[in-house]
This record gives sequence, C-alpha cells and structure tokens, in this order.
Amino acid sequence: MQKTYSLTHLQELEAEAIYVLREVAAQFERVGLLFSGGKDSIVVSHLARKAFFPAKLPFPLVHIDTGHNFPETIAFRDSYCRKIGAELIVGSVQESIDQGKVVEEKGYNASRNVLQTVTLLDTIEREKFDAVIGGARRDEEKARAKERFFSHRDEFGQWDPKNQRPELWNIFNGRKQFGEHFRVFPISNWTEMDVWQYILAENIELPSLYFSHQREVFARDGVLMAASDYIPRRDSEKVEKKVVRFRTIGDITCTGAVESAADSVEKIIAEVAASRTTERGTRADDKRSEAAMEDRKKDGYF
Amino acid sequence: MELLRFTTAGSVDDGKSTLIGRLLYDSKSIFEDQYAAIEESSKRKGDATVNLALLTDGLRAEREQGITIDVAYRYFATPKRKFIIADTPGHIQYTRNMVTGASTANLAIILIDARLGIQEQTHRHTIIATLLGIPHIVFCVNKMDLVDYAEDVFENIKADIEAFASKLNVIDIRFVPISALKGDNVVHPSENMPWYQGSTLLYLLETIHIGSDHNHIDCRFPVQGVIRPQSTEYHDFRGYAGRIASGIFKPGDEVVVLPSGFTSTIRAIHTFNGEIEEAFAPMSVTITLTDDIDVSRGDMIVRENNQPEVSQDIDLMVCWLHEKPLQPNGKYAIRHTTNDARCLIKEVRYKLDINTLHRHEEDKVIGMNDIARVKIRSTKPLLYDRYARNRETGSLILIDEGTNETVGAAMIL
Repeated sequence: MQKTYSLTHLQELEAEAIYVLREVAAQFERVGLLFSGGKDSIVVSHLARKAFFPAKLPFPLVHIDTGHNFPETIAFRDSYCRKIGAELIVGSVQESIDQGKVVEEKGYNASRNVLQTVTLLDTIEREKFDAVIGGARRDEEKARAKERFFSHRDEFGQWDPKNQRPELWNIFNGRKQFGEHFRVFPISNWTEMDVWQYILAENIELPSLYFSHQREVFARDGVLMAASDYIPRRDSEKVEKKVVRFRTIGDITCTGAVESAADSVEKIIAEVAASRTTERGTRADDKRSEAAMEDRKKDGYF
Repeated sequence: MELLRFTTAGSVDDGKSTLIGRLLYDSKSIFEDQYAAIEESSKRKGDATVNLALLTDGLRAEREQGITIDVAYRYFATPKRKFIIADTPGHIQYTRNMVTGASTANLAIILIDARLGIQEQTHRHTIIATLLGIPHIVFCVNKMDLVDYAEDVFENIKADIEAFASKLNVIDIRFVPISALKGDNVVHPSENMPWYQGSTLLYLLETIHIGSDHNHIDCRFPVQGVIRPQSTEYHDFRGYAGRIASGIFKPGDEVVVLPSGFTSTIRAIHTFNGEIEEAFAPMSVTITLTDDIDVSRGDMIVRENNQPEVSQDIDLMVCWLHEKPLQPNGKYAIRHTTNDARCLIKEVRYKLDINTLHRHEEDKVIGMNDIARVKIRSTKPLLYDRYARNRETGSLILIDEGTNETVGAAMIL
C-alpha cells in the first residue's frame, strides 16, 4: 500500500499554532503570553513549549488578576509556572482600583471583568510588550469569528473591526508604529472540542475546577454561580450543594458552573459532544447585550 | 480525522448565509443558546421563520445592514471530517475578502441562483477560485424549490458552467442541485429531485479526496528562526525551526541552504515528542544539520537537484487590497515565506477584468479589489516557485512602508 502523507486535524491545528508562535517570536521584540489558568491559555503555553523546544519558553506568562479568583486557579497557576520554568508577571485589577484608574461596579451583577481591560493595557505599557499572545478562539463568540491571528491594536489598545489587515495564506504582517501593539491568537482555528481532544492526546494537566466536584452554588438567570463573598446574593437566591464543574474559568463573579458528573477528560469530551449550549452560555459577561463582546474588544479587551 | 478548509462565495441574495446556517443546523453544529439568540432576533425583525442567515452575520454593522462585510470563519465537524469555513461576501466591492478567504481554502463552494443561471458574479467567483489555486470547486445550484425542482434547469446551468470552465485551469469541479432554505441535498438527500443521483453537498465535503492537495514533491523548508537552548543539556544544539512548505524531508537527506548555497546533510528532525523519521507539509519541526554553517531566518533549506527560482525580477498577479491605489514606480515592503525585502513596481502590464478575463492594457489605475499583472524588482533575490506549482513559496504580500498596512496580495507567475 502506498504511504499517505496527511495529518489529522489536531496535528494540522498544532502545526499551524506552532508556526504562529514562532512568527511572534521572530517578528516582535517583547512578547507576553496571557495566562488565565483556563484551559485555552494552558494549551497555548503547552504549544509554546513545543514550538521552542529544546529551548525554554522565550516569553513570560502574564496573568491579569481580578482578585476575584477561585483559589484553585491561583494554586494551579503558581505550580504550573514552577513546573515549566516560566517567568510570571501579574497585572492586578485591585491595584488599578486603588490607583483610582477604574471604579468598581456596584449591584448584584457587579463584576471586575470589564475593569480588566484597563489593567491589561497598563500592564502592556509597563512591560513594554509589543505583542501579547492570547488563547481566544474564533468559535467562541460571533465577534471573534472575524478576528485575525495577528490582530493590530492602535496606541490606545483599541481594536477597529473595520480596519483589520487582511491575512492571506500563512503570511503574517506584524509591522507597526511605535506605541502600537499586536494581539496574537495561535489557536484561532480551534473549537472547544479540538481543545479537549488535544488535552487528552497530550495528557495536559488542568485545574481541578474543570472536573466534577461538590460545591455550594446558587442559581441566577438560569446559570449556577459559585457561592462566594465576591458575589452579593439576593434573599431569594438559595445556596445548595451540587455536583458541578466549570466549562470555562474566569473571574469567579462571571463564571457559571454546570451540573456534571464528568470527572475525567474522556468524560468531559463525551459531555461536550452531547452538549447543546456553547461554553460561553455560562458566561454572564457575554449576556449583557447582543454585541457585548464586540464592544469590549473595541476597547481593548482580550 | 482530516481537516477541510473551504470558502463560500455568493452575494446577499444567493442564500449563502442560509446555506451555511443549514449546514451547521442540519449537522447539529448549532447550540441551543445560539439558536435561541437568532430565534429572538428573527422575531424582533418580524421574520416569519427563523432566519438561519443570522448565525453567520457577526458584526453589529452587518446585522444592522444585513450584509457580510468581512471574512468570517465558522467551524463544524461531522464524524468523518472537521471543517473550517471562510465565509466571504461575493459582491465585486469585496473581491479582496474573497481572495483572502480563498487563499487558505482547499475547496470553494460557488452558489448560483437556479432562477437566474450563470451571472457575471459566477464568472468572477470561478475566476478568483482558479486564480488562487483552489483545487476543488463545487457549484451549488440553489433555490431549486423556486424552479419546481426541474432537472433541465440544473442541466442547462451545468452545461453553461462546463463550457466556461473549460477556458480555465480548474482541477476538479462538481455540481449539486440544492435548496438551502428547504434543506434539499444539503445534508439530507432530496425527495423532490429523484432525477439527481449524485451526492449531497455534505457527503461531497466529507469524502472529496484532499490528501494530494499539498505539494509533496518539491522540498522547501523556509527557516523561521534558530533554536539555541544554551543549556548544559543541549550545549551545542543549533536547530532550524520552521514549517515545511512542501516536499518530504528525512534525516540523511543531502540539502542545500539558500541563498548561501552551502551544502550539508540533515542530522535529525526534532519535535517536542522526540525525533521523527520524516517530515512533510504542513508540519512544524526543527531541523539540525551535520555541518556548522550559517543559517538564519529567511533562508530556505532545499534539495540539490530540485531548487526554487532565484530572482530579483518577478512577474506577479496582484490583488489590490487597499483604498489607496497601487503607485506605479512605487516602493513597497514585501513579505514572502519567512523573508522580508523591499521592491519597486517596475511595470503594470494590464488590469484583469475578473468578470470576463479580458486584459485592459490601457487602464493601469489599480485600485482596491482590482487584479493586475505587475512586474517588480526586489532589493534582494527571492527564493520562489510559481504559485500554480506551490502556494506556499509562490505567494507574497505587499506592505505600505508608511502605514504598515497590507495593501497587496500577489501570486508569482
């Protein structure tokens, strides 16, 4: 039988992401890799290790910390950085609040999600990053469906959807004026399922929050939220113990849980395959309006 | 499971968005919350049925105006394949978006309204797909429900396209009669067209042979960067990182590094998961050589008996992407494989009418969405192949040196 030279979809997506990561290293001077402790940023950092092996990761991990974290996320972040020998840079939203640069939202649905943008842009400026790598995917949300691999940001960090550089073939144009920067998304073409299949194939370690566990939660607008001091509850919102897991990991105030018994990557894949809502369906930050993501991206959000 | 990248071209009225919505919906790739969101929008707009087209109209400006103005990427999977759709607007003023979407596609779907038959835009979409070297084109004759599912309507359109396509260098063309709105022959075989014995559109997408779409003959390895760990464990390691553009590389292969012309032998092909016995396009790997020679980003590792063209004077077919027209005698930055250079526009030979293939030798004003044949001279020799032979080493972009914007997409002739 004649040998066939073809890659599986995961191999092809991996090769593409590694190519993009190497282009970032070649085209920019100071690069940071945004790391939330969520599965997408973990996968991107894993790909970056592969891209530069046997050399060490050539960029620091950057965590924009709202201060409203799940403790599990922070524990994972610190042990992961130690394990892979990566430098960690933290941008603190609490500091931005203390400095009076942003004002905390009030009310039951208050979240520091939007405030992160200011801290992120400050961190980029302070660290003199000319490119930051993110784990955003085009399948996540419709405003992201048109995002480029190399996404240009002006000197205010803003994204102009009408003025994005066309991206043809595999040629990336990272040229910029002084003060401008790029956001780079190596796993643009991956879906949630691809990420999970890759985590399984590569045996990638994840925070425990992704797996089924017992937790005190309450229901709000059809989404289960973790009971936490960071989220004020109405009297009608009753806390119950449930067996849940998280499909995305963000700030505790806007990350919802789903009831699930999936306690392994294999079981999660089966659950994702059967799932009838998108993973961002549990994200309160997207539900603010039909164009919520588009508006935040224009201002400089991830 | 293989990955198929395809592009869809069509205008607002062709039902392109409806077709994509149908593919996603019938293949169960739409989630309940996405469906609920478009159901709600459809109701608000007073549409009688749920408008599947809303699924693909991402940006607010587009939702408001009901048009698609950029390339949007969509994803779905069946148990047989993974798909990436580059959804592009088909109107002439968006030629640049079509070109962008086509640049990475293995397959193009071109929609034709059964009531109207071949239109000017059908020619345009076919010419662009051919120019961009897309190996497979599927013509979907849509809105068959509006012509009573009549076989002769389909057969006449098919004959017209075959006559037209014979003038082009099309590798593989297929035809499917469909109704995106009603779902005929998209995912499920139509009961309304028993005369059609061919595959549904989805079955075609799942089974069309794409294994030979990559060039596995001409060995081209553009070096992206040099990996030097400078650790005790890998003290003398000097690896060349890159993505194989074409061909197959193996340890022991005798190679030439261009432009220096030094020869060496591949010592090993490294990945994070260990050394591998062979590497082929589009794999990302790191290559070490047996000799300590000077290799850096922009160089290309090739085989001695199969080398690319090396020249500073290059003929291009350029698609202009920017509002500011191409400047005759202007200077632009070039990005080609992993190489950077600058170039001078020596001559505009002609503008191509992409509706008729007519060459306008008098009209040399090349504005946004125009396609033109151009001669350039680069500051240093480029290592390239003709685009028709190699999409990776035969493509380049032109960049405005003042604004840094990507202004031209070029295929080397």
